[in-house]
Amino acid sequence: MSKAQLIVNEELGKEFGLSSDEYAKVLTIMGRTPSLTELGIFSVMWSEHCSYKSSRAWLRNLPTKAPWVIHGPGENAGVVDIGQGLAAIFKMESHNHPSFIEPYQGAATGVGGILRDVFTMGARPVANLNALRFGSPDHPATRHIVDGVVRGIGGYGNCVGVPTVGGEVNFHASYNGNPLVNAMNVGVARQDRIFLSAAAGIGNPVIYVGSKTGRDGIHGATMASAEFDKDAASKRPTVQVGDPFVEKLLIEACLELMATDAIVAIQDMGAAGLTSSAVEMAGKGGVGIELNLDHVPQREEHMTAYEMMLSESQERMLMVLRPDRTDLAKEIFEKWELDFAIIGHLTDTGHIVIKHHGQTEADIPLEPLADEAPLYHRPTAPSPKPEPLGAIDVDVSIEQSLIKLLGCADLASRSWIWDQYDSTIGGQTVYRPGQADAAIIRVDGTNIGLALTTDCTPRYCAADAYQGGAQAVAEAWRNITATGAKPLAVTDNLNFGNPEKPEVMGQIVAAIEGMKDACNALDFPVVSGNVSLYNETRDANGENVSVLPTPAIGALGVIDDVSKTIGNVFKADYDLVVIGATKGELGQTLWLREILGKETGNPPQVDLQAERRNGDFVREQIANGVIEACHDVSDGGLLVAAAEMAMAGNVGCTLDVPEVGMRPEAYWFGEDQARYLVMTSQKDALLQAAKAQDIPVRFIGCTGGDSLVMPSGAVTTIARMKAASKSFFEKLMKV
Amino acid sequence: MKIGIVVFPGTNRERDMVIAFERVTGFTPQIIWHRETALPQLDMVVLPGGFSYGDYLRCGAMAAHSPIMREIQAFAQKGGYIMGVCNGFQILTEANLLPGALLPNASLRFLSRDCHLRIERNDTAFTQGWKQGDIFRTATAHGDGNYFCDAEGLKRLEGEGQVVFRYASPNGEIDPSNSDFNPNGSINAIAGIVDQTGRICGMMPHPEDMVDPLMGSEDGKPLFQGIMETLTR
Repeated sequence: MSKAQLIVNEELGKEFGLSSDEYAKVLTIMGRTPSLTELGIFSVMWSEHCSYKSSRAWLRNLPTKAPWVIHGPGENAGVVDIGQGLAAIFKMESHNHPSFIEPYQGAATGVGGILRDVFTMGARPVANLNALRFGSPDHPATRHIVDGVVRGIGGYGNCVGVPTVGGEVNFHASYNGNPLVNAMNVGVARQDRIFLSAAAGIGNPVIYVGSKTGRDGIHGATMASAEFDKDAASKRPTVQVGDPFVEKLLIEACLELMATDAIVAIQDMGAAGLTSSAVEMAGKGGVGIELNLDHVPQREEHMTAYEMMLSESQERMLMVLRPDRTDLAKEIFEKWELDFAIIGHLTDTGHIVIKHHGQTEADIPLEPLADEAPLYHRPTAPSPKPEPLGAIDVDVSIEQSLIKLLGCADLASRSWIWDQYDSTIGGQTVYRPGQADAAIIRVDGTNIGLALTTDCTPRYCAADAYQGGAQAVAEAWRNITATGAKPLAVTDNLNFGNPEKPEVMGQIVAAIEGMKDACNALDFPVVSGNVSLYNETRDANGENVSVLPTPAIGALGVIDDVSKTIGNVFKADYDLVVIGATKGELGQTLWLREILGKETGNPPQVDLQAERRNGDFVREQIANGVIEACHDVSDGGLLVAAAEMAMAGNVGCTLDVPEVGMRPEAYWFGEDQARYLVMTSQKDALLQAAKAQDIPVRFIGCTGGDSLVMPSGAVTTIARMKAASKSFFEKLMKV
Repeated sequence: MKIGIVVFPGTNRERDMVIAFERVTGFTPQIIWHRETALPQLDMVVLPGGFSYGDYLRCGAMAAHSPIMREIQAFAQKGGYIMGVCNGFQILTEANLLPGALLPNASLRFLSRDCHLRIERNDTAFTQGWKQGDIFRTATAHGDGNYFCDAEGLKRLEGEGQVVFRYASPNGEIDPSNSDFNPNGSINAIAGIVDQTGRICGMMPHPEDMVDPLMGSEDGKPLFQGIMETLTR
C-alpha cells in the first residue's frame, strides 16, 4: 500500500481531517512526530463523529436523569427501568453519508450498527424503527435512494429477525444530495445482567469476535465528519458492507455468552472500528491496552496496522474476558461458526500499544487522547426569521385540499415502505405501523408493553429551530401518550449542516435549547443519542446546500398492562372529541405549502404546560377506558387526523359541528400543538372530566359510514381518500 | 406430543413457533441444533422461518444439506410428521421432501403484510382444525414465496388434492392474477401444500404469529389445535 510511504506531517494531518491546531496538539501529546497509524488513531478519535467536538458543550445542557434512568448518555445505549426487574435499552444513530453513496449498504449497516450498540449491553433486540429524509420526489436520484435505503433497512432487519415496527419519512429538496437515514433499535434485558464497556483487570485477555477484518470503511468516521463534494461517489470504498446473517449469529453467540459470568467488558466495533472500541474500553476503565494485530482475523492479505485499526468492517465485537472463562467463550463462538481470537491484553501503562509483525506501530497515552480531544464553542448566528404568513387567498375547497394533502409527499400512505419490513416477527407486535400513534410491542413473557416512536418536523425547525426542537420532543411524547403508555425517555439524532457556519451552529444551539426545555417540562430525559453534522452537499450550480435542521427524536414509553393500549383506528358509532385548544395556526403548515405553495409564517408555538396537562389528561382517560381510539393532531391538522383514522379503520365520520371564530382552513388544517382527536362512547363523562380539569375540549361529530362528511354536507369517500393516499409512492416508485 | 423445532444458523422464527405451540397446545417444543446427527424421539419436526445460511445461495438450499436433514429424511420415511413454514417450506422443497420451488415474489420485493388463506381440504393434521372453505387471516413475511412447479407437477398436485392452503380475498375468492389477494404471484395462488402421504406440509405465511388476540388475531390457532388433535390421538 502506498500509505506506508506517506510522510506524516501537518499536510497529511489535514488530509485526515485534523486542523493545524489539532495537529499541533498531537505533536505536544506525543512529544514526537506520530507514526501513520498513530495519526490515523488521533484523526478518527478526534473526528466530529467520535468526539462530538462541535456539539459536546451544548449537549451537556440536556436533562439526562430521572428515577427510572439506569444508564444515560456515555454508554453504548440508554437504559431505563420498565418494571419487573427488566430494562429497555435503546438508541438511534445516523448513517447519512454512506446512504447517499451506496443506499442499500449504507442503510443496512446503519441498522446493523445500532443493533450492536444495543445487544452489546446484554439486551435481546426486540424492535427496529427509523427516521428517513429523502430529497424532492422530482429529483432524479430520489427514487434510486428511496429504493436502496428501504431495501437495505428491510434486508438487514428482516434477516436478523428483529421486527421493524415504526418510523417516519419526509421529502424535501434540501436532502437531494444528502438523505438522512437514522436507525433506532430497542432491546430488553434483565436489570442485573447489563454489560458495560469499561475494561478492568490488568492482564485480562482482549478478545476479538465476529467477522474478519477487511479494508472496507477505512476512515468512515472521518467521511461522516466532512462535507460532500462533487466526487462523493468516488468515496464508495469507504462504505461498509453488511452481513445480517453473521449479525444474527453474533447476537445469539453474545447472548449465550452473556448468560455466563465470562464477560468483564464488551463493546461493539462501530465507527472507527478497532481503534474506538479499544480506546474507549481501556479509557473508561482507566487501564492500558496492548493489541497484537498479527492475531486479528483478516479477510484480505497484507493489511497494514493503519488499515486494520481504521477498518470499519461490520459485525465485530471486542471483549475483555475472565482468563479462566476464555475456553468456554471460544466454544460458544465456534458453535456459532464465528471467528474468536485473543488479540491482546490489558496493561497498567495507561497507553494503547499496537504491535504488528514484531514492530510497535502505535504507542499513545490514552488520557490525553480522550481529555484533550478538541472541544469547540463555535460562533453562532441567528437564522433569518421566516417571512410573515401574509394574506391568505384561496379558491380550493376544503375537500379538494384534503385530497391533495393526503396525496402529498409528507402525508401519503407509507405502506409501500412498511410492507417491505417484517413487523410481526417475534410474535409480540401489538400495534403495527399505521394502527396506533406509536408502535406497541409486548415484552415476551410479561404483560409489559413498550410504546415506540420517532418524530421530527424539519420545516418547523428551519423556520424556528428552538420551536422545532421543542416540537419534536413534544410530538414524540404525544404519540406515546396517545396509546395510553407513559413516556419514559428519549434518544436523539441531531442532523445538521456544517457547524463551522455560524447560522448552522445557531440552529444546533437553538434546537438543543428547545429540546432541553421540552424534555424538562415533560419529564422526558435524553438517555442516548448521536450527532451527524456536515450534512451539506453541492447542488447543480455548485452552491452549498444545508439540510433542513433535523433533530430527530426517538422515544420510548411503557405500560404495565399492554392490553390497555389503544390504536388510532375508527370504529362505527362513537363520538369524536378534540382535546386541546384550536387557534388555527397556519404558519409553516402543510396546507400552506401544498395548497398555496408558501413556506411562510411562524411554526405553531409549543406550549409545554398545555402539552403536559392535555397529555396527562388523555392518558388518564385512556386508562379509565373512556377514550377508545386516539390520534395526535400534527401534520395536516384536524381534518387530516380524522381522515387517517377513517382510512385505518375503513369507517367514516360525520363532522357536524362547524368551525368557530376562524376561517375553515385554519380550523381544519391548522397545526396547533397539544391536541388529540379521540373516539369515545362516553362523551358526557369525557367532557365533564375535561371541564373539571380545565382542559379545552370540543365535541365535533360521530363515526360511521364509508365517507367523511363535513358540516357543509360535502362528502368524501374513504375509497377516494385511500386512492389519493396510495398514489404518491405508486407514482414515485412506478409500482 | 413431542415437537422438535430445528434451528439452522440464520433461523429466526423459532421462538415465535415455540410461543404458538405453548400458547395453543400447552406443549413445549424442544429446540434441535442443525449439527445434531440424531433426532430425539419425536412426533413432529418443525422447520421454522428465517434466513438459514443467510439465504446467500437459493433460499433453503444450504440448510437442505445440513447434517440433521439426513435424519429428517429418515424420520419422514418412517412416517413422521413434518411442517415447514416460510424458510422451512423452502428447505423442504430444496430437500425434495415437497415438490416445486419458491421463486422471488412477483413484485421482486420483500413482502410483510397480512393475507387471507382458504382451506382447501381439512382431512390433514395441519388443517383439521378448520372446515373446508374456511377463510383465515395470517401474516406473511418473505422475499421468495412465489410457489412454482411445472405443468405436469401442478396437474398432479391439484389432482391429488395436495394443495391445502390457497391465497384468497377476505371473502374467499381466488384470483391468482390479483396481487391484492395473491401477494407473491404463486401459481394457482398456492400458499401451502402437503406431500402425497399428507404428513409433510409446507406453507409460506406465518399462522404462528396469529395466536393471540392482543396481536390482532387468533386466526392461526386451528393449525396448532389440529396438530395436537392428530398427534395426541
